[in-house]
Amino acid sequence: MYLTSGAEATVHLEDGVIIKERVPKRYRLVELDERIRKERTRAEARLMSEARRVGVPTPIIYDINGSTIKMEYITGEPIKNVITPLLSERVGEIVGRLHSGGIIHGDLTTSNMILHDDKIYLIDFGLAFVSSIVESQGVDVHVLFQTFESTHKDHEKLIEAFCKGYGKTFENADDVIKRVKEIEKRGRYA
Amino acid sequence: MTTVLGIEGTAWNLSAAIVNENDVVAEVTETYRPPTGGIHPREAAQHHAKYASQVIRDLLDEGKQHGVNIGNIDAIAFSQGPGLGPCLRTVATAARMLSLSLNIPLVGVNHCIAHIEVGRWKTPASDPVVLYVSGANSQVLAYRMGKYRVFGETLDIGIGNAFDKFARNAGLSHPGGPKIEEYAKNADGYIPLPYVVKGMDFSFSGLSTAATDALKHASIEDVCYSFQETAFAMMVEVTERALAHTGKSEVLLAGGVGANMRLREMLDIMCDDRGASFYVPEKRFMGDNGAMIAYLGLIMFESGTVTDIDRSHVNPNFRPDDVEVTWIAEDPGIGGTK
Repeated sequence: MYLTSGAEATVHLEDGVIIKERVPKRYRLVELDERIRKERTRAEARLMSEARRVGVPTPIIYDINGSTIKMEYITGEPIKNVITPLLSERVGEIVGRLHSGGIIHGDLTTSNMILHDDKIYLIDFGLAFVSSIVESQGVDVHVLFQTFESTHKDHEKLIEAFCKGYGKTFENADDVIKRVKEIEKRGRYA
Repeated sequence: MTTVLGIEGTAWNLSAAIVNENDVVAEVTETYRPPTGGIHPREAAQHHAKYASQVIRDLLDEGKQHGVNIGNIDAIAFSQGPGLGPCLRTVATAARMLSLSLNIPLVGVNHCIAHIEVGRWKTPASDPVVLYVSGANSQVLAYRMGKYRVFGETLDIGIGNAFDKFARNAGLSHPGGPKIEEYAKNADGYIPLPYVVKGMDFSFSGLSTAATDALKHASIEDVCYSFQETAFAMMVEVTERALAHTGKSEVLLAGGVGANMRLREMLDIMCDDRGASFYVPEKRFMGDNGAMIAYLGLIMFESGTVTDIDRSHVNPNFRPDDVEVTWIAEDPGIGGTK
């Protein structure tokens, strides 16, 4: 079953397994294209495992082959459809753990979080990278706040609850939240 | 009919033009060409100061031949930034002088947005994702809710400057881009160079250094080819992501480096694969030109913007997302949500 196609990859579901494949780009030289897709696929799988090690639920990786990852299919409800201030606080705790572990997700939206067995899973690490600088963490949180604002009515309560949870699991939470406000003022899309 | 005289001089090209809503009436350009090395800001500014009055005199003569007299001009537009400080100040002084002596309102415009708007004027593009590539600038922009937002940009130097830096080290003369494009055509193969995309941003300074180092063990043809392939792929990737993110269906190429045929080909393939339309204005509107400044001045003036003399200071770091877009009506056809 075909699930999605972003700018970079297609995602299929086969026999209960997610198959994510980075598609070749015709505009890029073949050898350059293959190198980039392979490097990014390996980085994605590595960061998903690393995230789980620091206490963030992510799908289990079954296999990596070239630019294809086979991974666990997380059934459940996207957070987008069920978000409440209480859940937002738990999202904050999870993102705090991720950032404490030096990982930036790169595309934190409420569609990339799944509620399964009362656990919140983070999915799609396609844009994830390693960083412990406040700016990267701030942009990560800023992207999430933007999805709160564009898709959820009581976004102020959600943001407040997120910050509470984020502060519980991440030492530098206050600095990051301060930076998020600066990033918002810049009006720049990142 | 509104008629505007515009002056551009942010870097090496001094260019003035008269435009109306329909077309460019007249344009006169005087380019500073450094004998060796790159653009020296002070020397470029001295060049502009030397030729400004001649260029404007010639422009007014040419305008007269096409039926436009000084009395027909409604506003004087000029590049307020971004650009080289000394050059910007010289051109701003010329614009202020014209405005005061002829008693015509002044309109300070953002140079980057002028590149975008001339493209929307001279191609069928209406609500595009813009890849703007020049010496000092490399940005991916799109209109959304009252501003041209920057979706991605260089974290250090512009692509043109990266080419120039490499070209100078390789013993090629300024500007480097066209020479690199020529050498690339005769390459035998690709040599790996750092491909640096961080989120939606890209970086060229390390790539330029790596290309220079590669000259020690590879032919200049192969290095030029690999440099172009790597740098352009980085920018096309971010342009594609901006298309996916915004849901827009057009790409507009702007800026002097847009003259490169390989960059055009790569954007064309990407757009083709995504079902998007790709637009490039004719060459005279790609590099820095007076017509684009006059045209942006015209649509700003028509939407009620004038710049008071005491607020006409230049800004070498003027960002496109600092400008409130007053000339685009919010309708579902443009600036739609993601």
